[in-house]
Amino acid sequence: MAGAAVLGRLSWRLAELVELVRETPRVTSLVLDVPGWDGHRPGQHVDVRLTAEDGYQAQRSYSIATPAEGEHLVLTVEKLEDGEVSPFLTEELQPGDRFELRGPIGGYFVWNGSADGPLHLVAGGSGVVPLMAMLRHRAADGIAVPATLLFSSRTLDDVIYRDELDGLAAGDSALTVVHTLTRAQPQGWTGYDRRIDEGMLADVFGTPDAVAGAFVCGPTRFVEVAADGLVGLGYEPSRVRTERFGPTGR
Amino acid sequence: MAFITRGFRGTRETDESGRIPPGQYETHDFPVLSAGPTPHTPLESWSFTISEDGEELARWSWDEFRALPSETITKDIHCVTKWSKLDTTWEGVSVDTLLDGIETGAGYVTAWSDGGYTTNLPLEDVTGGKAWVAFGYDGEPLEPEHGGPARLLVPHLYFWKSAKWVRGLRLMDEDEPGFWESLGYHLYGDPWREQRYWGD
Repeated sequence: MAGAAVLGRLSWRLAELVELVRETPRVTSLVLDVPGWDGHRPGQHVDVRLTAEDGYQAQRSYSIATPAEGEHLVLTVEKLEDGEVSPFLTEELQPGDRFELRGPIGGYFVWNGSADGPLHLVAGGSGVVPLMAMLRHRAADGIAVPATLLFSSRTLDDVIYRDELDGLAAGDSALTVVHTLTRAQPQGWTGYDRRIDEGMLADVFGTPDAVAGAFVCGPTRFVEVAADGLVGLGYEPSRVRTERFGPTGR
Repeated sequence: MAFITRGFRGTRETDESGRIPPGQYETHDFPVLSAGPTPHTPLESWSFTISEDGEELARWSWDEFRALPSETITKDIHCVTKWSKLDTTWEGVSVDTLLDGIETGAGYVTAWSDGGYTTNLPLEDVTGGKAWVAFGYDGEPLEPEHGGPARLLVPHLYFWKSAKWVRGLRLMDEDEPGFWESLGYHLYGDPWREQRYWGD
């Protein structure tokens, strides 16, 4: 089990929006300055708290998309149509605006670097965000362990971090990124075109050795199928770490 | 003192009932949160045990457990990930029934589950009609992804205390942090005092 995630009290800090990066039509990254931020581990998340003038508050959790790097933090947020917080963060917030957050939170769904062995990642939609923090950490620190990401998106336009993932994989023979597009595929698409299943997991990850572990993040049904599939392939259940969101998560 | 974020109003599905704790919002779905794969223990090999100091004090097979008196429970539930769900209806066996006739000086329990999950609770929070081992939800058998065949139900605390796939209670002299409690989450977890994390 991972070590303690949180030492002492988690106090609210002020984050200032530096810039918004449109990742896909529905997904936006918030580049933040968070004075006093003490760092975090790849896979952790933060709680965001917004307060209105009359004191009304709303809180939500968002995964951190980047490895620890000083007082900078990137959150990648999917806009939910009937959401209360995500439309505000992705459409109304402007550079220079500030809001409260606290963290890092979560000490289990974290990658401890090469000590955890090869990195096997399974992402559904915006479930890629904490997994991207792991891949970015691996690249930034030059961690030599092999990594494989199986990433399910609806369409090519919905693939979050597509260019960056292509670039990372092109420059790193130990990194494999495999996409499946479940709703629509561009002309000439030769990749997977269906929801993940055990056969696809077997093709991509092969037969696990005794210490193989995996991180799975996505919507509930996706995670159920992926985690069950990995256990079916022979992964030790205690080595398959999951994080689920939805069907709500406004 | 909270910081006011420019332009934020919120959608104000306000809580006229007074039943939504601070920092929570109401959902009508039933989200799932688990740290790992869903275990699928066959009912033939399922049992529920009460133990203390490594000694088994009581044990029920599935059939024996289901033959115990059960009740229908309607309660609000609150997940630390911010959702609350009102008027959820469960069927289960009261922990009072399971502890009936057991003499103990313990002040705490550790609930343990298939898959290795544990969570810690004061004994007084699982007795006196405050906790159940639930096997039904909304008139149906409890689904595996929601903790079936049976989960602990302790609705007055954050829902990670309601251990899914629960298989037993260990009576404890000391309050020993469970899975999430060792990873930064609050030892007690009262949603009305917003005890989410260490130090809250």
